[in-house]
Amino acid sequence: MAHFCKINTMQLTNRSKVASVKTLNWVEKLYLPAIIKGMMITFSHIFKKKATVRYPEQKRPIAGVYRGVHVLKRDEEGRENCTACGLCAVACPAEAITMDAAERQKGEEHLYREEKYAAVYEINMLRCIFCGLCEEACPKDAIYLTDRLLPSNYARNTFIWGKDLLVEGTTPETRIDISGRKNNYEMNV
Amino acid sequence: MIDWWLILDKVILIVIIFVVSLGIAAYSTYGERKIAALIQDRIGPDRAGPWGILQPLADGGKFFLKEDITPKDADKFLFILGPSLFILTALMTSAIIPWGKSFVFGDHVFSLQVADLNVGILYLLAVVSIGGYGIMIGGWASNNKFALLGALRASSQMISYELPMGMAIISIILMSNSLNLREIVDMQQGFHWNVFYQPLGFLIFLICAFAECNRAPFDLPESESELIGGYHTEYSSMKLGFFLFAEYINMFISAAIISCLFFGGYHFPGIDSLNMSPNLAAIVSICVLFAKIFFFIFFFMWVRWTLPRFRYDQLMRLGWKVLIPLSIFNVLVTGAWLTFVK
Repeated sequence: MAHFCKINTMQLTNRSKVASVKTLNWVEKLYLPAIIKGMMITFSHIFKKKATVRYPEQKRPIAGVYRGVHVLKRDEEGRENCTACGLCAVACPAEAITMDAAERQKGEEHLYREEKYAAVYEINMLRCIFCGLCEEACPKDAIYLTDRLLPSNYARNTFIWGKDLLVEGTTPETRIDISGRKNNYEMNV
Repeated sequence: MIDWWLILDKVILIVIIFVVSLGIAAYSTYGERKIAALIQDRIGPDRAGPWGILQPLADGGKFFLKEDITPKDADKFLFILGPSLFILTALMTSAIIPWGKSFVFGDHVFSLQVADLNVGILYLLAVVSIGGYGIMIGGWASNNKFALLGALRASSQMISYELPMGMAIISIILMSNSLNLREIVDMQQGFHWNVFYQPLGFLIFLICAFAECNRAPFDLPESESELIGGYHTEYSSMKLGFFLFAEYINMFISAAIISCLFFGGYHFPGIDSLNMSPNLAAIVSICVLFAKIFFFIFFFMWVRWTLPRFRYDQLMRLGWKVLIPLSIFNVLVTGAWLTFVK
């Protein structure tokens, strides 16, 4: 028993305060000084910096390693990297990725980097858990997660993203920058 | 012979006051949300129009378009009577408030007071008391235990706080020797505001005004967390809108009454030394009164977002054991001072 008492009286920090049950004196019983003090505190908050982020217009800065919606990358000449090998779909723990492969025809060399490409590439964004295993599995540097957020929508079928939404553009402005994520990934590997 | 000019004057004034009361009530909701947001380090409504100034219109439109539900077991007639009575009395109190000095067009004097009653304050107290019936009838007719509890709380709170409120007004009447609100306002010309002579009376009246308006920290009749809305639990659509609107009108009117009784109404120090033409003086006096009213509306909201709600027994104790003895003491001191010192 004595052992327990010793633990109870041990002071762990110097932040503890002695609780008091003293009765209020008559000025305190009026409550008005306390009310005025409280009102001054709330009034001062009117001029303080606001915590609100006006979301669609303003966005919070996101870390470079953030795992947002995917992008299918192109190489420097604007050809799609993806060869539809299916490793991302195999790696995906949520089974969100499906694809159909097709053979590159003559005259399509400027579109696809290798002889085989993904004719259909779909990610179900409602299934996706944004774990990033697809980009780890990808041997062709084709799929990356980005710092973009998944926009909300009313209809569930709009969340199945095809190549029209996933593949980045060819012009410099429509390219998606994944350098923050890539640097981090290479550092860890 | 009927004085058609007088009737025309009054009709114009009544229409203006109704529109202004409803407009201010609508924008008080916006002000309330904005001030609540600012005090809580947020921004508040800013989507509808620039800075969200169209928000009250959107809210009002929503009230009209919502489904109007009447509970199966509700008393249909009383269910409609409750909110109607509440908003009717809220709008009626504005009749005796002197909004400013009179306009003069040639030899025609346009008075900015609907009814220059010589028992103005009695009228005010009477109408405010009828307003309590609006809540009681609404809560009773809903046939819902939470609504009934809210109505019960509202009626007991109104009865408890009308007594010290009346006592606080009596000390003002003792000083002014008049029940006429315009005479009370004119007595405070210059800087002889009643608040300097009756600080205790002002404090009592202010606290009672909060209680009469069912505003925090006295918002027990409609406490969301305990009574899920209190007396208007079962109300929807524009009937609920009437209740909420009437509350903001009540707040506007009590801000006006506080300004008139204790803060010189439309007077401000040095108004007479400026030698303005009557019409300019009238416009300035309206602006002065409204500046005071807006300050008090802000004050009402400021208090609401600062203080937590009273517990029910604390509310009753404050009313019966603190405010009523204090107000009787105040009346006695005022009477003694007027009899023996002055």
